[in-house]
Amino acid sequence: MSDEGAQCGVAQNKETKIVMIEIFIRSVFIDNMVFAYFLGMCSYLAVSKNVKTAFGLGLAVCFVLTVTVPVNYLIDKYLLREGALVWLNDSFATTDLSFLSLIIFIAVIAGIVQLLEMVFERYLPALNMALGIFLPLIAVNCAILGGSLFMQERNFSTVAHSLAYALGSGIGWLLAITAFAAIRERLKYAKIPEKLQGNGIAYIITGLLGIGFMAFLGM
Amino acid sequence: MKKYLGPLSKENPILVQTLGVCSALAVTAQLKPAVVMALSVTVVCACSNLIISLIRNTIPPRIRIIVQLLVVSFFVIVVDQVLQATLYDVSKLLSVFVGLIITNCIIMGRLEAFALSHKPLPSLMDGVMNGLGYGLVLVVVAFFRELFGSGTLWNHQVVPDSWYAAGYLNNGLMILPPMALILVGCLIWTQNAISN
Repeated sequence: MSDEGAQCGVAQNKETKIVMIEIFIRSVFIDNMVFAYFLGMCSYLAVSKNVKTAFGLGLAVCFVLTVTVPVNYLIDKYLLREGALVWLNDSFATTDLSFLSLIIFIAVIAGIVQLLEMVFERYLPALNMALGIFLPLIAVNCAILGGSLFMQERNFSTVAHSLAYALGSGIGWLLAITAFAAIRERLKYAKIPEKLQGNGIAYIITGLLGIGFMAFLGM
Repeated sequence: MKKYLGPLSKENPILVQTLGVCSALAVTAQLKPAVVMALSVTVVCACSNLIISLIRNTIPPRIRIIVQLLVVSFFVIVVDQVLQATLYDVSKLLSVFVGLIITNCIIMGRLEAFALSHKPLPSLMDGVMNGLGYGLVLVVVAFFRELFGSGTLWNHQVVPDSWYAAGYLNNGLMILPPMALILVGCLIWTQNAISN
């Protein structure tokens, strides 16, 4: 009996891992934050003049997403959702605080970003030098809040799934901004109609990249 | 009056200042959600501009970002609840993008650049006009995407059946997300050509 139980546990564990990999790949390529949902476009367009800074910002976004989404997942699961407060008292079974989620998510994100900044400054000066200037910008980056809101909408079953989702979205964003910055560096040598230079061509390139990424849809 | 008209063309938040693109493009596959989104952003932008301008002398500069975020998220929650109560189908379509108005850079940008240093009434006007400038781009993009992508406008069919019978096809590409970006790119091109 117990053997069967253990086997069942192993099978379930394996399944969780496969689901995690699926969620991860899906969020990197198919549901790419930039190309499918246009999240974080403002900083994507503003900080993609060269590959090095673009990569730095990408790493910072990836890192903050991976930290904030699981935290917000736990808050959502144990505080905000309908019936989430049952662990306190049975009488809370019908309490639904999800209308507060917007304000709580943004407060958590702003708080964590502030905290990370202080921790980096104190213990990891090298990382602080690399990411430092980008961290304050990130509190108001829509990719971060978007990550938490999509997490809430998709109803992941465990915190590990939300972690896989956050890491995948972050890496997808990093991939998008690095690729775009690399293209933009080469753009200096291209002949573009005068009025289209700058932002105009940047949007069109992003659109074309997005069409390229749509090839993953069949996967 | 004339100084307030800038955001509609020459200082358009999306086309010229590249602000607030984030949540703008995903809602433009159809006209109706685009109009609702435009109105929501205008309301939030105007109201939070007014409130921040009213309390601008009492906010300590060090924590002003947090104060602004809280004021904006208050209005976004109000708009979100109103949409869910009155236009449930549209609010399902907009899904997380209503929530993302909080991090819309137009709103934060106007609070920082205008409301913190101006009197309440001009700030209110500035908020309304920037919201409308943003809405204008949304509506134009949504118009073309819905017309060519689905052959409808505001969910009413405008391309006659006889065209379809004669072999006319909807352009499926228009419905896909990347086309929104390409259309905005073309709009910027037009804007640049006109303003010089």
